[in-house]
Amino acid sequence: MALDRPLRVIVAKAGLDGHDRGAKVIARALRDAGMEVIYTGLFQTPEQIVQTAIQEDADGIGLSILSGAHMTLFPLVLEQLAAQGADDIVFFGGGTIPPEDVEELTKRGVRAIFTPGAPLQEIVDFVRRECGKRRAPAA
Amino acid sequence: MPVQQSTDALLREFEEHHPRALARAISLAEAGSAGPLIRQVYERTGRAMTIGLTGPPGVGKSTLSSALVRKARSLGKTVGVISVDPSSPFSHGALLGDRIRLAEHFLDPDVFIRSMASHGHLGGLSGASADAVLLMDAFGLDIVFIETVGVGQSEIEIARLAQTTLVALQPGSGDSIQVLKAGIMEIADIFVVNKADHPMAGQLRREIRSMMEMLDFSGWVPELVATQALDGTGINELWGAIEAHVAYLNESGEIEERRREAFVQQVHQLVLGRLERRLARSISQVALCAGIDPYAAAEGVLRQFGAGEESDDAALPVGRPRAAVKGLA
Ligand SMILES: Nc1nc2c(ncn2[C@@H]2O[C@H](COP(=O)(O)OP(=O)(O)O)[C@@H](O)[C@H]2O)c(=O)[nH]1
Ligand SMILES: [Mg+2]
Repeated sequence: MALDRPLRVIVAKAGLDGHDRGAKVIARALRDAGMEVIYTGLFQTPEQIVQTAIQEDADGIGLSILSGAHMTLFPLVLEQLAAQGADDIVFFGGGTIPPEDVEELTKRGVRAIFTPGAPLQEIVDFVRRECGKRRAPAA
Repeated sequence: MPVQQSTDALLREFEEHHPRALARAISLAEAGSAGPLIRQVYERTGRAMTIGLTGPPGVGKSTLSSALVRKARSLGKTVGVISVDPSSPFSHGALLGDRIRLAEHFLDPDVFIRSMASHGHLGGLSGASADAVLLMDAFGLDIVFIETVGVGQSEIEIARLAQTTLVALQPGSGDSIQVLKAGIMEIADIFVVNKADHPMAGQLRREIRSMMEMLDFSGWVPELVATQALDGTGINELWGAIEAHVAYLNESGEIEERRREAFVQQVHQLVLGRLERRLARSISQVALCAGIDPYAAAEGVLRQFGAGEESDDAALPVGRPRAAVKGLA
């Protein structure tokens, strides 16, 4: 008698930049697509983000980084997820990130990185598809 | 760790005190399928102190929660926070932002925070949050805070889950006055006038007092505490009022009444949830009959309903004595 439960996604901002407009736009788009979005606010550390995801039983984490610190922050989140046995959570990101860094980060395990100009619908579809897979592993 | 887990595996992790197991268990509650787990852990419930916090949006409930969590932690208590925010009526999605104010506690292993959306729960929101409270209680958390936006019936129901209910209001806001008028007076054990730094704070206090004069209180008379949640002013006084209320509940024996109320409400929700689903099935079947009038259809549904397979549990289960609530001291 399990009821369909909306997908749950953490939208987080890490590092020292105080720009969360992009993150809020994504958060609203995911909400409008029927998901429960947990918004953590600015200046989160990788530890805080992963603890939040665990307590909230999140299906995904979207991390926005505009400060240029993406090559340190994304890997730190991956590390935390692995350390907590939580690497089944779909981890994706966004920000002004050069193509070679995008390639390197996705190689290391970030599931997707959306750079400015990515259509909102593409992000929504990605989250729905990948987080949906996590919910119902290929039956 | 697999996402799909058997109740046994989840129970084992729950007992080993993995936060992830508590998180998964609450998700089950949101899906209306925590029953088997709760039946296993129910015996361990009844020890947590439960504090409800309700009031209009923006009055500072989450900031107050954070300050109260800080206070509880300074006393060495482990804490759970359940934060309920409204869902979008259009998409049923939700933007849950209460955590922003609780960030200072994210890395404290003795604080567990869970955000919940107010729609899409089996048996209503209060069903899922009642389960979440039981689960946090069984997990061994000493104090469980439940924050809801105090605007509707389901929020009032959630407040009833708690042993002590705080109603938070802010000065200079029409919303707060509306809340006072809308029957939320009756559920308050403690009124919190937050943002007491506001010049209209005195007026709001007078307003609350005069509304209170119209009510009859037997036993506990609600306390009124002024706070500034942001800088912690008044939090010790608020804590003192909570302690006084808990002491009153224990000494007067009213604690039993509160528990019974919460229990009755949860059973009511569970039964209602099941009935509603059966009802929906029956009605959609009857609706397929061409040319039937609504009264005949209703008769048909009711007849079908009285003879359902879920209505034949004859014997009532036997209860058990409950542990005393841990004090605050
Ligand atoms: N001036 C003042 N602002 C406060 C106080 N407590 C909270 N706030 C602010 O009120 C706003 C809403 O607070 P929040 O806790 O999110 O309210 P909630 O919607 O009731 O949970 C935030 O900007 C807080 O910083 C207070 O005591 N004084
Ligand atoms: Mg809030």
